[in-house]
Amino acid sequence: MAQPVLTSTGESLPLPEGLPGIVADLSSDQRAFKNVPWGKAMMWIFLLSDTFIFSSFLISYMTVRMSTTDPWPNPSEVFALTLFGEKIPLILIAIMTFILISSSGTMAMAVNFGYRKDRVKTFVLLLITAALGATFVGMQAFEWTKLIVDEGVRPWGNPMGAAQFGSTFFMITGFHGTHVSFGVLFLIITAIKVIRGDLDNERPGFMTGRKGKYEIVEIMGLYWHFVDLVWVFIFAVFYLW
Amino acid sequence: MAHAERQQHGAEGQQHAHVEGQQHPIGIYLKIWALLFILSTASYLVDYFHLQGYLRWSLIIVLMLLKAGLIVAVFMHMLWERLALVYVIVVPPVLLMVLLGIGALEADYTFFTRGVFFVKGLL
Repeated sequence: MAQPVLTSTGESLPLPEGLPGIVADLSSDQRAFKNVPWGKAMMWIFLLSDTFIFSSFLISYMTVRMSTTDPWPNPSEVFALTLFGEKIPLILIAIMTFILISSSGTMAMAVNFGYRKDRVKTFVLLLITAALGATFVGMQAFEWTKLIVDEGVRPWGNPMGAAQFGSTFFMITGFHGTHVSFGVLFLIITAIKVIRGDLDNERPGFMTGRKGKYEIVEIMGLYWHFVDLVWVFIFAVFYLW
Repeated sequence: MAHAERQQHGAEGQQHAHVEGQQHPIGIYLKIWALLFILSTASYLVDYFHLQGYLRWSLIIVLMLLKAGLIVAVFMHMLWERLALVYVIVVPPVLLMVLLGIGALEADYTFFTRGVFFVKGLL
């Protein structure tokens, strides 16, 4: 009767780089995305699908804007604010852009301090990120109110020109604002997990029951940076066009 | 002693690389953050100074892509991921160029048709 013999499998082989690395990873056994927790790979794939959703919105917007024969309201004037007795074009949107970029910066630092296991700094940075995100949503609410109440913009029409302006504007910024709002909610949840020590003590999550790990801060960060990324595109094609 | 210290340090470093995920110096984030601020200001100034035509469009698109690239590469750590993940995430959106092209073609055609039928004086 043959006895099973224990043999040392030794160190794992170094992973190939470059094009052979891609082929080897994708054709490999068990897992294609090496060195990456599955939660992170899944977040990336979710973000890829979200990319397609937002791109569909933006491309539809481009199509209706290019095909309308009515004049398009000038965003530079529509989103101007009168500050200190001077009318500054697009200033509200510029401030919102800076706020969102700043929140991306604090998020990146939170991820960094998270991997250094610096609980307090990670917590504070996550809260600052959430506060900046909430400020962004607040300014968006202000912008919507101004547009709806003062300028009379509706999804089906507006006094300034092409009716499609309202429908695309509310659709695109509304969807983005919803993403930011949910992001703020999850930032707060992540911050609580961090300060409570869930990630250090590998406490099971309330929904999935998986062990707490600092990778969730990075996964949260991916989502948050994506929201900022989408805003870069909205800012360029909606407000600057 | 120095040797032992170095060895210990090396082992620590290795352990770090093994246990931690994406770990980079803070400085790089601050630099990219500053750069994003500068690029955003530049794209705002494009509108503020009422640049028009091809200059406006090329500036808007170049600044947009630079910002997007910096966010994805550094903040989202794509620069340091294995190529299999990078290609799986970054290549599919290229397909959207086809949708963009179809949208533009369709819009031109619709605009032309509307011009002919609705706005007699447009053409």
